Amino acid sequence: MATEIVVDRHPADLLLRSDRLPHIWCPGCGLGSVMSCYTDALMASGIPVERHVCVSGIGCTGRVAGYLSLDSFHTTHGRAIPYALGLKVSNPDLKVAVISGDGDLSSIGGNHLIHAARRNLDLTVICVNNFNYGMTGGQAGPTTPYGATTSTTPDGNVEQPFNLPHLVAAVGAVYVARWTSLHVRQLRDSIRTALLKPGFSFVEVLSPCPVGFGKANDLGDGIDEMRFYRRRSIVDDNANLEDVGLTMSEDEPIVLGNFVNRERTVFSPSVKKWAIEEVLNGQA
Amino acid sequence: MNGDTACAEGALAAGCLYFGGYPITPSTEIAERLAHRLPAVGGAYVQMEDELGSIVSVIGAAWGGVRAMTATSGPGFSLMAESIGLAAMTETPCVIVNVMRGGPSTGLPTLVAQADVMQARWGTHGDIQAIALAPASCQEMFDLTLRAFNLADRFRNPVFVLADEAIGHLTERVVIPAESEIKRVPRRAAVLTPGEPFEPFRADETTLIPPMPLPGVGFGAHITSLTHDERGYPATDAVTHDRLVRRLSDKIALFSDEITQVEAVGLDDADVAVVTYGSTARTAKRAVTLARQAGIRAGILRLISIWPFPDAEIAALSARMKSIVVAELNLGQVRLEVERVARVPVFGAHHAGGALMPPEIILESIKEAARHGDGNRSRSTPSRPLAAV
Repeated sequence: MATEIVVDRHPADLLLRSDRLPHIWCPGCGLGSVMSCYTDALMASGIPVERHVCVSGIGCTGRVAGYLSLDSFHTTHGRAIPYALGLKVSNPDLKVAVISGDGDLSSIGGNHLIHAARRNLDLTVICVNNFNYGMTGGQAGPTTPYGATTSTTPDGNVEQPFNLPHLVAAVGAVYVARWTSLHVRQLRDSIRTALLKPGFSFVEVLSPCPVGFGKANDLGDGIDEMRFYRRRSIVDDNANLEDVGLTMSEDEPIVLGNFVNRERTVFSPSVKKWAIEEVLNGQA
Repeated sequence: MNGDTACAEGALAAGCLYFGGYPITPSTEIAERLAHRLPAVGGAYVQMEDELGSIVSVIGAAWGGVRAMTATSGPGFSLMAESIGLAAMTETPCVIVNVMRGGPSTGLPTLVAQADVMQARWGTHGDIQAIALAPASCQEMFDLTLRAFNLADRFRNPVFVLADEAIGHLTERVVIPAESEIKRVPRRAAVLTPGEPFEPFRADETTLIPPMPLPGVGFGAHITSLTHDERGYPATDAVTHDRLVRRLSDKIALFSDEITQVEAVGLDDADVAVVTYGSTARTAKRAVTLARQAGIRAGILRLISIWPFPDAEIAALSARMKSIVVAELNLGQVRLEVERVARVPVFGAHHAGGALMPPEIILESIKEAARHGDGNRSRSTPSRPLAAV
């Protein structure tokens, strides 16, 4: 007699393209957790699933868009934010989130990042910061800490990294937070808040990248890097953002929190619904 | 009405509801007109931080469901090159107006040239097909911009309006048709069938073009800039890649007769044809008049569409002419295409730009063509420009 094993479907299964799994990310990568936090936040947002749109750029984080069972756009390097702007302005009913990496968003995409924040575009940006360009093999990027070893800084990085929360808050974002892929509950709640808040929301998520970054910097595997976060991180919502820059030093804390939550006029040159209807009705 | 203004009005007549752009001479007036007119018709004007953001926001807006465009000139067009490929790869309908000016680089910001023609065809990496229209009057700035939107939606591809500064800054009478006479043919919309997995890149067997979904209503479509299969999923095998790239090319190349638009003037009894476009076509008319006065039977084939290149029309022309002159404000871009197709001697009337092509330069080439054209294919020679231009 055969034994039937019934396994409940996970509530998030409907949001994942099961025919694309297993995913391409490395053992120990934090992206799986980040993706789960996003799907949880999406389900907790109260906004119907079909209205959520995910836009990504190029890099490991950019691949999140391809695993989500949503309308999703995997665009070119650095251009997720202007793509999202076009989507949101032409179709204001969409709930648009950009999920992309530190290089995609702050290096090649940096100009679009600061201008979208300046405008206070209604957008949620989840920036996964793994301190390197993982997809292309672990090169340095603008968030690589000073002194860190990467494939293009074999003798230690000689550049200062961005302090992303400080940067994005300074140019006008209304919601700024930083968590790690270890802090899944806080991250989920933060993403949910960001999705529901009108205006430009920015959530930085620190993620292990054992293959691209961890190995070269003696951070061990994924679990080791999680312990590293737990050991060093403190939560301080009221932190002075000038002081939340990240270093490799064990003596300096990794400051996490929901740092900024304020009100500013939201960018809204939106296409009006009636205009679309007029054009569609007037068509031959 | 100014040419740039007419272009903006053509976009509005087409139902354009999104403009994402960045000011650049000599196209700025298009942006300014749309900044003024779009909000009043319920559309959106966004001045982006640079041309990279401009074209990408246009692509995003097209996916949001509206007709979208940008306008620029040479330097901005260069910045947009990568994103033209993004639009082509994702089969995004959009219109890009390039009001050409003197290049390369910063060049002559306020003065005419026609040197971005090959760039429109080959500016982005990889194999794509370009669709490009060349207005030669303010009326055509209106008409061809309107047409560009219909072509963009028909072929799900970026479409270029290759204007030049002379036409952009010209003021002429423009007739704007009544609303009931304006023909808009929208993109074919995808239909969501509940229970069936939606394949965003399953092409129609006849047109080779997939119907386009709208986000936000449950399609769950994944649109990627990577090579992808019919499901939209990234694919890395050579078979899928070749199949996709060929389809993106064939969907336009095999239907180019729907795009090609030329105007023949005085060719019925001609021995020498002047192939030209844009503002140069205007001064070519004067050159042909002078040539006829000098006893040379010359006529004009004006290219209104430049890409896909009208091979059949040039081949037919070549069969009837003793020689061809190509007149353009560049050092020989359309001439390369004409030489590729024509079986008679091809001569060039070229100038790098900075002013309208003087008719005398074109006349010299016509005379040379009439002297040397003997039906045997020979190497073409560019004209030497006159000293005072």
